[in-house]
Amino acid sequence: MLAKRIIPCLDIKDGRVVKGVNFVNLRDAGDPVEQAALYDAAGADELVFLDISATAEGHETVVNVVEQVAAQIHMPLTVGGGIRTIQDMRQLLLAGADKISINSAAVANPQLLKQGAALFGSQCIVLAADVRRKPTGGWEVYVKGGRQSTGIDGLEWIEEAVSLGAGELLLTSMDQDGTLAGYDLELYQKVSQLVNVPLIASGGAGKMQDFTDVLTNGADAALAASLFHDGVMEIADLKNYLVTQNLPIRIVP
Amino acid sequence: MENILIVNAGTGNLKSVANTITKLGFDPRISSSPKDVLKADRIILPGVGAFGEFMAGLENNNLIPALKTFLNSGKPLLGICVGMQALFELSEEMGQYPGINLLPGKVTRFPDSIQLKIPHTGWNQLFFDQNQSLFYGIAPGSYVYFNHTYYCLPDKAENITATTQYGFDFCSAVQSNNIYGVQFHPEKSQKIGKQILNNFLTMPIYQKETK
Repeated sequence: MLAKRIIPCLDIKDGRVVKGVNFVNLRDAGDPVEQAALYDAAGADELVFLDISATAEGHETVVNVVEQVAAQIHMPLTVGGGIRTIQDMRQLLLAGADKISINSAAVANPQLLKQGAALFGSQCIVLAADVRRKPTGGWEVYVKGGRQSTGIDGLEWIEEAVSLGAGELLLTSMDQDGTLAGYDLELYQKVSQLVNVPLIASGGAGKMQDFTDVLTNGADAALAASLFHDGVMEIADLKNYLVTQNLPIRIVP
Repeated sequence: MENILIVNAGTGNLKSVANTITKLGFDPRISSSPKDVLKADRIILPGVGAFGEFMAGLENNNLIPALKTFLNSGKPLLGICVGMQALFELSEEMGQYPGINLLPGKVTRFPDSIQLKIPHTGWNQLFFDQNQSLFYGIAPGSYVYFNHTYYCLPDKAENITATTQYGFDFCSAVQSNNIYGVQFHPEKSQKIGKQILNNFLTMPIYQKETK
């Protein structure tokens, strides 16, 4: 049976791991290669790198980080952040990324999803979307690391992105991100009914029950960042707990 | 030391495969040259990207005749993911593309009728009969990493060496004599994947007599 995935995320800035709380107040939390190797050993199912560098030089460093990490770990690696062109995608794939996640650039140029899928296959193209609840109901898409609203409806955008070739979704609830109050379950229920591609839930995990809730409400994988790399929760403990909740989970002996 | 070659069709990341094999203590080469194919003792054919692009990469580098000659010698080849799919007659990915045509059968899309998410992405279980050299030391039911939308449908049941359940039991590994294929990514499958690659790289070679 296909296992539900537990995915630690490393936010990378200028080659170092940081994590934003509500997308501000960044702090340094270490070396990405070291972190990746620890997660590999801990039985993480996959690793996401999100490059939040503000400069071109900063983005260049992530290619080196991906190369170094790919040499150390033997699990799938998804890289996102600052990817604007097919050439950016190719460069990261050649450096060792398995999947490419595209966020702002896909909103600016949706055809990028189609081109990427045609060249590298849909299974390689992840649409990342940051959404926030609208006062009138539904969700709105934000870009530029959550700093810029777009007026675009979240569910409509997701449907379009999948029809263009996105083979997976990494969907972050900005309302929940950093709160430790649990995932936005309604969001993942809605999206999993709307489209038929794997769905990674992100934003809000605080306790083990939160993972059970989201993985039984439409998500195929659950992502968390500071929870894991601050050592608040061990991936192995979480996975053992999820097995007791009768979820299909890969346990690493 | 044996000459282990990772064939580069030019469509994607081969470093992960090379890194894993290097960590196992081997010294693989990556090449797109038919000459290197003919000199190899063992070949790994990792497939990344869309099927048509991958086949075009093999054709543009004139690799297909060399791969056939290599296989005629009896030396082993392991196709990974699209590299396994390429062993078949044709794929229905984005049209119809001919494969290398070493195994009878085709590559087709997971049907919507399974009512599961497509692509099939993540860790799923391998089921196989024991006594297979490629799966030596591995328990049936072990998890390996998959990421694909299309799967192989061999004409001959005896070519299927492992199955995985995703709505139905699909073919997740094949073998015909010295030709091996796996739909999953052993290079991304942590310890289990390393064991499978090590099994492939250490299995005896039954080389045919050349006249």
